[in-house]
Amino acid sequence: MGRITLENVQKKFGDVEVIPPLNLTIEDGEFVVFVGPSGCGKSTLLRLIAGLEDVTGGEIRIDGKPATDLPPAKRGLAMVFQSYALYPHMSVRKNIAFPMKMAGMDQAEQDRRIAKAATALNLTDYLDRRPGQLSGGQRQRVAIGRAIVREPAAFLFDEPLSNLDAALRVGMRMEISELHKSLETTMIYVTHDQVEAMTMADKIVVLRAGHIEQVGSPLELYKAPRNVFVAGFIGSPKMNLLAGAHADRHDCATMGIRPEHLDVVDGGGTFSGRVGIAEHLGSDTFFHVHVDGISEPMTVRAGGEIGLTHGDTIHLEPQADKIHRFDAQGLRIA
Amino acid sequence: MARAITTRKKIMWTALSWGIGLLIFFPILWTFLTSFKSEATAIADPPVWFLFDWTTVNYTDVLERSNYPLALTNSIIIALGSTLLGIIIAVPAAWAMAFVPGKRTKDVLLWMLSTKMLPAVGVLYPLVLIAKYFGILDSRILMVVILMLINLPIIVWMLYTYFREIPVDILEAARMDGANLKSEILYVLTPMALPGIASTILLNIILAWNEAFWTILLTTVSAAPLTKFIASFSAPEGLFYAKLSAASMMAIAPILIMGWFSQKQLVRGLTFGAVK
Amino acid sequence: MATEHSKAAARIMIAPAVFVLLVWMLVPLCMTLYFSFADYRPLRATFEPWIGFDNYVSFFTSSSFISSVVTTLQMVGGILCITIVGGVLLALLLDQPMFGQGIVRILVIAPFFVMPTVSALVWKNMFFNVDNGLFSYLYAALGLQPYDFLSQAPLLSIIVIVAWQWLPFATLILLTAVQSLSSEQLEAAEMDGAPGLSRFWYIILPHLSRAITVVILIQTIFLLSIFAEIFVTTNGAFGTRTLTYLVYQRVLESQNIGLGSAGGIIAVILANIVALFLMRIVGKNLDN
Repeated sequence: MGRITLENVQKKFGDVEVIPPLNLTIEDGEFVVFVGPSGCGKSTLLRLIAGLEDVTGGEIRIDGKPATDLPPAKRGLAMVFQSYALYPHMSVRKNIAFPMKMAGMDQAEQDRRIAKAATALNLTDYLDRRPGQLSGGQRQRVAIGRAIVREPAAFLFDEPLSNLDAALRVGMRMEISELHKSLETTMIYVTHDQVEAMTMADKIVVLRAGHIEQVGSPLELYKAPRNVFVAGFIGSPKMNLLAGAHADRHDCATMGIRPEHLDVVDGGGTFSGRVGIAEHLGSDTFFHVHVDGISEPMTVRAGGEIGLTHGDTIHLEPQADKIHRFDAQGLRIA
Repeated sequence: MARAITTRKKIMWTALSWGIGLLIFFPILWTFLTSFKSEATAIADPPVWFLFDWTTVNYTDVLERSNYPLALTNSIIIALGSTLLGIIIAVPAAWAMAFVPGKRTKDVLLWMLSTKMLPAVGVLYPLVLIAKYFGILDSRILMVVILMLINLPIIVWMLYTYFREIPVDILEAARMDGANLKSEILYVLTPMALPGIASTILLNIILAWNEAFWTILLTTVSAAPLTKFIASFSAPEGLFYAKLSAASMMAIAPILIMGWFSQKQLVRGLTFGAVK
Repeated sequence: MATEHSKAAARIMIAPAVFVLLVWMLVPLCMTLYFSFADYRPLRATFEPWIGFDNYVSFFTSSSFISSVVTTLQMVGGILCITIVGGVLLALLLDQPMFGQGIVRILVIAPFFVMPTVSALVWKNMFFNVDNGLFSYLYAALGLQPYDFLSQAPLLSIIVIVAWQWLPFATLILLTAVQSLSSEQLEAAEMDGAPGLSRFWYIILPHLSRAITVVILIQTIFLLSIFAEIFVTTNGAFGTRTLTYLVYQRVLESQNIGLGSAGGIIAVILANIVALFLMRIVGKNLDN
């Protein structure tokens, strides 16, 4: 079981408040992703849950039991580090066995679990190698193997995919998702990559400067970002955010429209401009459009086979029901 | 990157490097050869290279007739003792500075280094006085303590650089895996730190073995190590080249071998990490 | 990691090392400082605890002080020149493709591990000796008059001995630095049309400059206190008396503790000036 609650959890490094008092509940079996730009405190928050940092104030509960003062070893959590943190002097087998050895588990049970994990993670042929002899993806799997054999209350992942190349990253992303489906254990996953967050999470926690900006399912965040920051952070390519005359027309301080919610029309349209860069991906085409009176080029996602190129004139019409409106404080206007 | 290197060029570089290498090494080679000659052959005119009656008589002579065994024992005790004592004091300090760095860690490290740069003559007489006061002039314990003190900054520094290379992640991983402090140190930290500790020990034995200021000035006979023993050959009587060579070879051979193993650590240890 | 508890433990762990070094540094140094203001000559049973700066004045004004400083500068300077120039050339040479690189490296490094008294005596007797030294045979073979190195060029002889010991050190460090130069940088320079010598001058040498500075500073600190080599070869005679050696003679040979201590303090100050530069470089390196 792994229900984790944070009550008024706060962290200061000296005089610097990294995480102002914060409340959050993570339900048992949930896949929660902490996402935010670098320096937003998401890793610190994870380390507070792990017990690798002391909280300055507040209470952490795991399954209702207070865990604030427990050392990491006693919290029953497993962590996969960004650097994998494998023990370089131990074989893969010993790496995976280490947490069980620490728990004093009997040898037969250890062997059984190692064999099971190795099969699940395709590591059977590598059990007697040292971490130094493995590829990045294999090391990643050893780190995961080391985490799952303990059967922890929850898994903590600290940017686990950032050291892998793009192709491997997509593969590991799916493996971790599948692992979650089969284990049904709570997972907390930290990343700066909103695509990872969107694809993997049951629940996304968007953080900025230690504050929780919004908590919700990927689609909730996509459909109804609570403020300008979340609107700009979730979704790729980024939402177009416009101030000034265009916003005034919709009675708001900032209006937002996602690239995929702008239709290319033959004439007229709310926005007209020149195509700057056109990225033809085949399935889609992304246009960067320079519109008079708007300093940033607008991004438009159009169908794959629109033949406009650099310098052509383009007319755009936003889908009326997909316009997001924000007030002067940046908060969503319902 | 990989540009074809002509064999001729490579042979040219090889010849040149070997020539210069042998030239630099020559004094040691010559000492080695001389140590197996008779005293008469040792000063033969013209010099004899390899074709002479090789004899080990110089080695047995030195071992039997002089204070050599005592000096050797002293060297071993002083080098090992000072290194071991230094390690015992330095490991906790280096460990703390590497893993729990504070605001003043850097200053402490630099200050420790600065003590290494204190010229020995600046404190020569007070040490003589202190040693006399405690009645430990010409004693092994004095030499162990002094050599430990002069090498302590280097030991701390080397260990610090080695410890700092152990990723904190791994120690945290061990903690997450349920290791308590004891198992963390026993199963994770020690195995990872051992190579660094070993090379620190190696380099410091070399430094202590070759130290030739305090060992010459603060010992006479009973605690005199090989440095002092060899120095006594500076006022010789009669023919002594072969014996000097034999004594020298015995004094430098073990260190030479250890030194060849510690080349890489030497750079790190003696530049305090300023050159990597 | 850095919790309050572990910080307190850390302080306790560092304490012994700091304590012994503090005692080691402060107690004798304060005693030397104290003696340097005293007229203290145990052989004559003279002890006057305060004579002001007399010792410093007489140490500074004595001709032996000036000459010892000159000798020290010549010795350190000479050794530095040989080891730096030789070290750069050797490092570049050892970086070339060749057969048996490891063995050549071992041959070149060996002298550094020879204890000072051994190298000094081997050179003194088996090479420099006018009757039986190898150099005399060499001179004779070339039809020249044998030359008594240690009495006719004593300073040069000691410079040769010590340079031989320290050349490996310079080579090893500079080789490490040479090997860290990316070949892409050299190839870029080659593409830019720089011939071999300019590549050395504009790319390799600047890259080595930091390592060279470090070698100069570290060697200077060690070379300022050369002792054993002088002790067993000339015993400070024939213009080989360095500042270190002069202080040693004042303190232990003529037992003029006050005068010697003043000299010791001067030596400490001079060494600290060099050390300051070294610490700056080391300190900067510690940050990154």
